[in-house]
Amino acid sequence: MKDVDKLIRQQKFQDRFFAVLGFLCTLVGLVVLSILIIDLLRDGWKSLDYQFLTSFPSRKAESAGILVAWIGSILVAIVTALTAVPLGIAAAIYLEEYARKNWLTSFVEINITNLAGVPSIIYGLMSLGLFVYFLGLGRNVFVGGLTLGFLILPIIIVATREAIRSVPNGIREAAYALGATKWQVIWHHLLPCSVNGIATGTIIALSRALGESAPLIVVGAVVFNTVLPPSPLQANFPFVNFDWLDSSFSVMPIQVFNWVSRPQEAFHRNAAAASIVLIFITLTLNGMAMFIRYRFRKKVQW
Amino acid sequence: MNANLNELRAKISEHRAKKRGRNWLHVREGIIETGLLAAALSSIAITLGIVFILCWESVGFFKEVSLTQFFFDTQWTPLFDPPHYGILPLLSGTLMTTFVALCVALPLGTITAIYLSEFAAPWVREFVKPLLELLSAVPTVVYGYFALYLVAPLMQNIIPDLPASCMLTAGIVMGIMIIPYVSSLSEDAMRAVPMLLREGAYALGANRIRTALTVVFPAATSGIGAAYILGLSRAIGETMIVAIAGGMQPKLSIDPRDPAMTVTAYIVQVSQGDLPHGSIGYKTIFAAGLTLFVMTLVFNLIGHYLKKRYREAY
Repeated sequence: MKDVDKLIRQQKFQDRFFAVLGFLCTLVGLVVLSILIIDLLRDGWKSLDYQFLTSFPSRKAESAGILVAWIGSILVAIVTALTAVPLGIAAAIYLEEYARKNWLTSFVEINITNLAGVPSIIYGLMSLGLFVYFLGLGRNVFVGGLTLGFLILPIIIVATREAIRSVPNGIREAAYALGATKWQVIWHHLLPCSVNGIATGTIIALSRALGESAPLIVVGAVVFNTVLPPSPLQANFPFVNFDWLDSSFSVMPIQVFNWVSRPQEAFHRNAAAASIVLIFITLTLNGMAMFIRYRFRKKVQW
Repeated sequence: MNANLNELRAKISEHRAKKRGRNWLHVREGIIETGLLAAALSSIAITLGIVFILCWESVGFFKEVSLTQFFFDTQWTPLFDPPHYGILPLLSGTLMTTFVALCVALPLGTITAIYLSEFAAPWVREFVKPLLELLSAVPTVVYGYFALYLVAPLMQNIIPDLPASCMLTAGIVMGIMIIPYVSSLSEDAMRAVPMLLREGAYALGANRIRTALTVVFPAATSGIGAAYILGLSRAIGETMIVAIAGGMQPKLSIDPRDPAMTVTAYIVQVSQGDLPHGSIGYKTIFAAGLTLFVMTLVFNLIGHYLKKRYREAY
């Protein structure tokens, strides 16, 4: 009997030991994340003021700012969203609702998995060779946005497919029974039902695009820009202009990279301050995505 | 009689109008389907674009540099005189940083996955999993800053004579970054193992950890393998962390304390300068990119195959 007791104690101890070990290992990542954020705040908080957000880059660390960088990031993200989101959703609809099970479909699927795993810098090389030199489009906002759009396309496709797949078949059948065509079923039922999932995926993909710098360095984003891209909105008719697509640009992560690689310590503080802004944007976007996912799961019961 | 005829005519034309409407619907459905197909095929066009550009520029490179020199020369100094074009130093840099990263990410990621899937209460899992995923949402330049200005000085306190930027520091930070890639997919694979298997093990008297290690883990190997390969391929392609904290010195070395340059870091270094289009220096980045692409392609395909297998297993 004593032996059995001992054995049971031993087994229970093993379980408890691993539970603690597992908990600690899980904490490692979270602790590192908090240290990272605290370190950034400590280094960069003082440099982060209104003047920092509204100044052009400069040779003097004190007067340098991120105005060009954040405007560039927003403009590039607009192009990225406008290319990747419609294309990604359309591709996902085709693969979920139309594609027959044949070699072409499985080839497209393997291809998308592979694209999702291609290093981001390869997309930069592709754009440099194809858009900048082969097609001669130049190193501008449009090409930068397109590059990132290609980069996040697989993420949007995968997320949209999962969202569409989770709509129960009963919805489709009910709509068909009332005489709806395939597209009517998709447009009026499947898309509205899966809009939460699609939004979550899109937001996460865009936050990835905003944090990405390697492909844009390859495409040739400029760091020392002292001219802003022309505004997309104007006072006189036709109120929008597209000159901004053709202007040179810089983005937030590239500005950070530039400051990090300088020897003077004052620039490192700037890098930390810009990192705070960057990390604030990406974490907020991710938080938004989490919130949508959470609410969606709570509210919808099929 | 006439009234009836008129009624009939009206009906016929009404019918025709309906049919025309239906035809239009048919046509519209066809147009939409073609458009959606084109969108799906665009992903193939992107792949073709990548392969075409990389091969096109690399062919120009290999006209001037022989394959033997590319694969067996132990120096990579394409912009110096005399130039050497041996990819080995870049590959050793890439593989060593990846190795260090995996040494960090695989144990931590796997234990985290086992903990979350087999031990943690549901609310802990719901809470922790998205938080962990934030680790991969942090922009990699920020990790680069973190590695160079916080982790490197710390490491220098532990290991004296460590250079400020080296493969070890870059690899460790990269490992932290890929933890969620490993843990998330592994956990999914383990949770896909049917409850019956666990209950069988419990019924035989196994405790939780024993069940996890001897029943659940083996049953989920292909999914866990896919997770490992995803982490591996992320680490190989990671750019900014190694460009900032890896040292930027192409040097054939397997000592993680040395500074080194990875394939990706080289591409960044060249892109920052202004190399004329068509020069040999410009072509080197495409040859390096092609090497990188082929490496990740192989791992991605293995990963895809493994993932498919675990989806079908139960």
